[in-house]
Amino acid sequence: MQLDLRLPIGLLFSIFGAILVVYGLVTPIEAYKQSLGINVNLYWGVVLCGFGAVMLGFALRARAQAREKLQARDE
Amino acid sequence: MTVPHPRTTIRRVGYRPYRPPRPSPLAWPFRSVPIPLTQSIQLGAVDWIILVTYFAFVLGIGAALKRGMKSSNDFFMSGRNIPAWISGLAFLSANLGAQEVMGMAASGAKYGMMTSHFYWVGAVPAMVFVGVFMMPFYYGSKARSVPEYLKLRYDEKTRTFNAFSFATMTVFSSGISMYAMAKLLNLLLGWNFNVSLWASAAIVLAYIFLGGLTSAIYNEVMQFFLIVLGFAPLVFLGLRDAGGWSGLMSRLDLVATQSHNAAGQPYAAGAWASAWHHMGTPASNPMGVEWFGMVMGLGFVLSFGYWCTDFLVVQRAMVAKDEQAARRVPLIAAVPKMLFPFLVILPGMIAIALTYKAGETGFALPVKGNAFDYDMTIPLMLKHYFPTGLLGLGLTALMASFMSGMAGNVTAFNTVWTYDIYQSHIARNRSDAHYLWMGRMATVFGIVLSIMTAYMAQHFNNIMDMLQLVFAFVNAPLFATFLLGMFWKRTTGHGAFTGLLSGTFAAAMHHGLTIPVGAESLFKGGWIGPVLHTYPSEMAQNFWTAIWSWTTCFAVTILISLLTKRTKTDEELRGLVYSLTERHDEGHLPWYQRPIWLGAMILVAVTLLNLAFL
Repeated sequence: MQLDLRLPIGLLFSIFGAILVVYGLVTPIEAYKQSLGINVNLYWGVVLCGFGAVMLGFALRARAQAREKLQARDE
Repeated sequence: MTVPHPRTTIRRVGYRPYRPPRPSPLAWPFRSVPIPLTQSIQLGAVDWIILVTYFAFVLGIGAALKRGMKSSNDFFMSGRNIPAWISGLAFLSANLGAQEVMGMAASGAKYGMMTSHFYWVGAVPAMVFVGVFMMPFYYGSKARSVPEYLKLRYDEKTRTFNAFSFATMTVFSSGISMYAMAKLLNLLLGWNFNVSLWASAAIVLAYIFLGGLTSAIYNEVMQFFLIVLGFAPLVFLGLRDAGGWSGLMSRLDLVATQSHNAAGQPYAAGAWASAWHHMGTPASNPMGVEWFGMVMGLGFVLSFGYWCTDFLVVQRAMVAKDEQAARRVPLIAAVPKMLFPFLVILPGMIAIALTYKAGETGFALPVKGNAFDYDMTIPLMLKHYFPTGLLGLGLTALMASFMSGMAGNVTAFNTVWTYDIYQSHIARNRSDAHYLWMGRMATVFGIVLSIMTAYMAQHFNNIMDMLQLVFAFVNAPLFATFLLGMFWKRTTGHGAFTGLLSGTFAAAMHHGLTIPVGAESLFKGGWIGPVLHTYPSEMAQNFWTAIWSWTTCFAVTILISLLTKRTKTDEELRGLVYSLTERHDEGHLPWYQRPIWLGAMILVAVTLLNLAFL
């Protein structure tokens, strides 16, 4: 079976999101002068995590469906 | 797009990418402080982690796909088994290289809202056309490449002509892409030019060698999401800094009234903020073109020529899993394409608006000579607004799009080389394993040639300019050949071939006999001697070169076809010509999956967008 692209996309953006959230939480707000005083790492990290989770959700659902189909055929 | 931005690219658009019109002398004593480019960005550890994670994924995908690469069909055509949404995003992404992104932002700064024509006039209608009308022939004919379609429809010489010019262009485009990236990384991050060049080439080579076209397509889709998610915060921060939408618009009025055209008159206040209002005459808008030349040259000849005949994008639709999916591919791509101006043009408009209020906010475009250095818009905005962390994401997006630009060209090259040149002229009737091996070898030498091109670009700028010009001449007439081939069964091989040559010749003549205002080099036109016409801008000249070339090819092809005998019977042309191909009944599909309805909805939406930014 071919690799489901949603899996690596979901993983990659979840990891990116997690990295940014963690980094955003440990950096003081003074570090965000250039981004107009907004902790963009934290907020955008959350968005990326959300996107990654949705992609992973799709991929895992498709995988479960494929498995069910296989099982149904075996029976 | 469409049609890639001039200065930074040599993409196979059917014309010579326009150069910006003469740099308009800055009329206004602006207060902008040039950002010193020599001061490179310092990456933090977290930026490095993001960058390295991305490359690990890229190589991992290639390795994971390796098991599936058993035949040449898997390697070159992804086994014709790619879901429509993936092909659709790859179709879009193949055109969305970093040079395109940076070039469109540069144009956004230079021409304002009019840059949207490259999307809403110069791309979306052609994408709908290729999906609704052309895909059935490309897909239904089972041709494996665009040149191969020409062989089936016309003859061997037309195919070979197209295969050679296309293969050469892909190598040069990929080389230019490598060069641009290595140069940018050197400028921005202080990285060594040679190291950047060879490292990026090695990564691209590794993942195509392993996973073939599928690997390139998967990476293009990842790049699509990276660009969207990497640049969206930039638009948000920039817009906020500019005082929101209304703040941006009032600043753009200032930009317009303080800039002036070649004759020294200032533009009307809305010139940067509206797409159509100031297109009555070339002198009243910053692009220096009038509506007719823009709609015919860009919207018809160049745009249809690029989206309908360029194998780099068409290949992405050809590998869809069935004909219905193949027809939906360009339509799926058209939806994000419509929205891209907000992601890539808007930052440029924001950048120029902020530059004119520099002193208050801090961001300003740097100055080069007597004009702004527009090409650096995106990298400098990333540098200005993105803190460590997000900066890693933005740079990864930029590098990913440079590299998928190379990969797209290399995969198109190895296919055309192996099928249309090697298999048809050098080694016929070999085993499939042999062609798979040749595909991998073609990948290696395609990349080696690209590296050589990159060094050539570094040393001989003029050679690049000249090649770019020649390619444009070769490509401009191609759409006439396809249009006649698909919709008029009487078109003959001799007609098509002669038409193509005449169209190329007409493009060269037109370019040689006209110049844009303020041309200082023969590469810009007038190299034949007498100058018959002076265009108000280089863009106008390019649009009209395309119009002349297309019209000549169209007329000559018809004429010669009528004078020569048909060599292909109706039976042989079945599936290749509209009138001889049975239409599939699509009654069983729900309406939202029927190409004709999807296409109609997209055209309505794009019309509304044009009206909204009239």
